[in-house]
Amino acid sequence: MTPSAPRSHSLPPTPAQTVGPFFGYALPFAGGARIAVDGDPDPITVHGQVFDGAEVPIPDALVEIWQADRDGSLTGAPGSLRHDQVTGEVIGRDGTAFTGFGRVPTDADGHWAVRTVAPGPHRPGAVPYLAVAVFARGLLHHLHTRVYLPEHADGLRAQFPDLPDSRLATLLARRERAGVYRFDIRLQGEEETVFFDFR
Amino acid sequence: MAAADRVGAPDPHHPTRDYPPYRSSALRHPKHAPLPVVDPEAVELTGPVFGVTDVSALDNDLTLGKTGEPAGQRITITGRVLDRAGRPMAGQLVEVWQANAAGRYAHDLDQHPAPLDPNFTGSGRCLTDDDGEYSFTTIRPGAYPWRNHLNAWRPAHIHFSLFGTAFTQRMVTQMYFPGDPLFPYDPVLRSVTDQAARDRLVAVYDHELSLPEWTLGYRWDIVLGGPSRTLFEDR
Repeated sequence: MTPSAPRSHSLPPTPAQTVGPFFGYALPFAGGARIAVDGDPDPITVHGQVFDGAEVPIPDALVEIWQADRDGSLTGAPGSLRHDQVTGEVIGRDGTAFTGFGRVPTDADGHWAVRTVAPGPHRPGAVPYLAVAVFARGLLHHLHTRVYLPEHADGLRAQFPDLPDSRLATLLARRERAGVYRFDIRLQGEEETVFFDFR
Repeated sequence: MAAADRVGAPDPHHPTRDYPPYRSSALRHPKHAPLPVVDPEAVELTGPVFGVTDVSALDNDLTLGKTGEPAGQRITITGRVLDRAGRPMAGQLVEVWQANAAGRYAHDLDQHPAPLDPNFTGSGRCLTDDDGEYSFTTIRPGAYPWRNHLNAWRPAHIHFSLFGTAFTQRMVTQMYFPGDPLFPYDPVLRSVTDQAARDRLVAVYDHELSLPEWTLGYRWDIVLGGPSRTLFEDR
């Protein structure tokens, strides 16, 4: 940060538009869901479905994850969508670098899953979470939410003291078995997920 | 419901998420107002990074890679990716995808009876240069019908995906072509209800960018938003 940094937004932003139904051959890439490096000793799987307001799974949504490494580091690394230098085909990560980035389209049943690591605190005392961006046909402007793991439920509650428990619960993954967490995303309805507006 | 509680209209720059004329939005927009986070955490003030391993030198020419020339009018699209302070964003991944000249996507579920083009898939990517500039060579996409309402046709457009230096700047949008007669009839474009904001989705024809006997040039700059704190972070 420099003292001369402008204090206000001077340019209006380009408006967002829906990702549409036909992003499947452009955005998803091989290994987009495998965020943990090969041979990681303690990976976790986070998975769930994306639902619309009628509780119908959304087959044309795209879920993106950005997160800290196990040690809290947010430096990431390039190389999520490495390409084959001969064929040009996208072959994805080399399995050794933790890029912190995941991208996965929902399947025909609205389901998505990523294999990653539990993020560490990104600053001393921080409550770790996975940052999520959700895109879908019919969603004119993408949405941001966060996945908190159940072991951080108290920290989450302290962070959003005004949020009723029922809404808070939508930010909390449910432990299904060792290393496997369920996190459904509801764009609308009784249990609509909490989405964020960053200011 | 008070205006301030209305979902999807937090500012005039972006589309309203609850825009009934776009039918698919009906069950897919949140009804709660998004929860304001005034002081985003470092997780959202940083973001994924991409580099030379992620992009091949040929990825920004969508007319290459097949055995023949794709059908249609070859165009070049160039512009700068800027933050809201006007600073160029260098080294940024820009991804694009689009229909072919006949208005059909290389996607199984697009069964619109227009020809697929064996020489055109319609996806590409590049990294912005030191001036924040991106450039793509491609084919002007065709308009295509969709079933949103009777006689619904999407104006020609190219989808763009962008990151920025903070995850809050992440954006997916669409670039349109100047003077398209379908603009008044398209609910996706019109979901951006502010005319000045809508105009920012339309590229400008730039004769200086056109190359003799080869390509027509369009210029389209992209400004990424994000919270004010994004502007004060060192990169």
